[in-house]
Amino acid sequence: MKQSTAEATLESNHTGRVPGEPVLVLRDVDKSFGAQHVLDGISLTVTRGETLAVLGRSGTGKSVLLKLIIGLESMDSGSICIQGQEIAGLALKEMNRLRIKMGFLFQQAALYDSLTVEQNVAFPLERHTKMSASERSARVKELLNSVGMEQDLKKLPSDISGGMQKRVGLARALALQPEILLLDEPTAGLDPITSREIDDLILKLQEEHALTSVVVTHDLQSAKTIADRVALLDKGKVVMEGSFDELAESNDGLVREFFKKDS
Amino acid sequence: MVNRSIEWFGDLGSFSWKVICAAVTRPFELREIFRQFDEIGSKSFPLVALAGAAIGTVLALESRSSLVRFGAKSMLPAAIVFSIIHEMGPIVTGLVVAGRVGAGIGAELGSMKVTEQIDAIEASAVNPYKLLVFTRVLACIVVLPLLTLVTDFCGVFAGWVAVALSDPISLHRFLDKGFSGVSFSDFLAPTFRTCAFGLIIGLVSCFQGMRTRGGTEGVGRSATSSVVLSSLFVILADVMLVKLILIFFP
Repeated sequence: MKQSTAEATLESNHTGRVPGEPVLVLRDVDKSFGAQHVLDGISLTVTRGETLAVLGRSGTGKSVLLKLIIGLESMDSGSICIQGQEIAGLALKEMNRLRIKMGFLFQQAALYDSLTVEQNVAFPLERHTKMSASERSARVKELLNSVGMEQDLKKLPSDISGGMQKRVGLARALALQPEILLLDEPTAGLDPITSREIDDLILKLQEEHALTSVVVTHDLQSAKTIADRVALLDKGKVVMEGSFDELAESNDGLVREFFKKDS
Repeated sequence: MVNRSIEWFGDLGSFSWKVICAAVTRPFELREIFRQFDEIGSKSFPLVALAGAAIGTVLALESRSSLVRFGAKSMLPAAIVFSIIHEMGPIVTGLVVAGRVGAGIGAELGSMKVTEQIDAIEASAVNPYKLLVFTRVLACIVVLPLLTLVTDFCGVFAGWVAVALSDPISLHRFLDKGFSGVSFSDFLAPTFRTCAFGLIIGLVSCFQGMRTRGGTEGVGRSATSSVVLSSLFVILADVMLVKLILIFFP
């Protein structure tokens, strides 16, 4: 049932959204860890309301790219502009102002293991809003309801499955009503059915919240379902960028190999 | 080895600077600070009380035979009280807390690091140096002198019990004789030098925890190195502070 919902929404995605203003602009971004050159002159632009999927094999620097965008790592050279603001050299206070506008779903959800599901989602609200306890509780319930986790408020992260942790991670990422959503392997380690449920959920949330998203994944089905545009990374460079169908039909050897292997 | 040590101290300096910067900006995470007082203070209470009682008993038993041999048995209460307050109480408290709290902080922060929870805190626009490090370091600094009082109290009390079992003496008389030669500065400086032990334990353990790499094995390494390094630096600080105290409070 949900699969069909995803396909129906995918249809609307592929009809193409009206290109908006650039929200996220990366120019010639380089990043090395010691002698290992992870990102080599990456340039990407994501416009308002668009979902960009970054594909690539493990170890090609996809997750590092997301960490650079949210300022968890610093780039060696290049430029990253978020809503027109360059993040290189930004003071922590200004960076935090930008971070509040971004939601981040980590690969393993990264829920705080000593806090309950409810407390995890309430965490950003407690720190960045002046909501009363009852308003916060209502907002947490609303968020958990939107990801289908309203029954598990009092459970600890260790008591719920990987798929459920991703749902809670999504609810936490959306708590402050971000404009940009960064998703690191949202379907990694999940079975195909749960993966498609997560895809459907992401699609639903993207539409409800009018989000601009960057999704790092090596799950082609997921990229096809949730992304407007796809960029393929290899050895720290963007090999090809375009719609999913454009990449799937490409004659480039590397692109064909990637799409063949994962299809 | 030398290079790695210099690099380690350099990284610790940079880490400490980030903690200082985080400490002076709002919000002050009062709820987390009080949670850490409970976690580090209240939960260390039974262990330091037991350690204090043990050193009091051992001191009484060991000192008695020596003092009897030199005909100075009447000095026994003063020897016990002075040893505990001046040296044994502070250092034993420092080492016990380094073991219990150092391992706990190293493992907790290490585990949070490898599961990206610390990154998640930072991505939520919350400063982890304030929420996780400053709160723990402050709790260690405040709690150590209080725990030292517990160790001192239990040590002196257990010392009296051990002495009274062989030579009946009232608690009042024992304390009277024990504290007759002890001034306030004899008590104050050694007790408050444990603030430095708290700073060392908190800072080193948090530092080791937050630089954890390599999954569960890395967490184990961080917990162990937190205890080893905290204990080592507590002992070194003790030697240096004793010398300083002797200079300023001769």
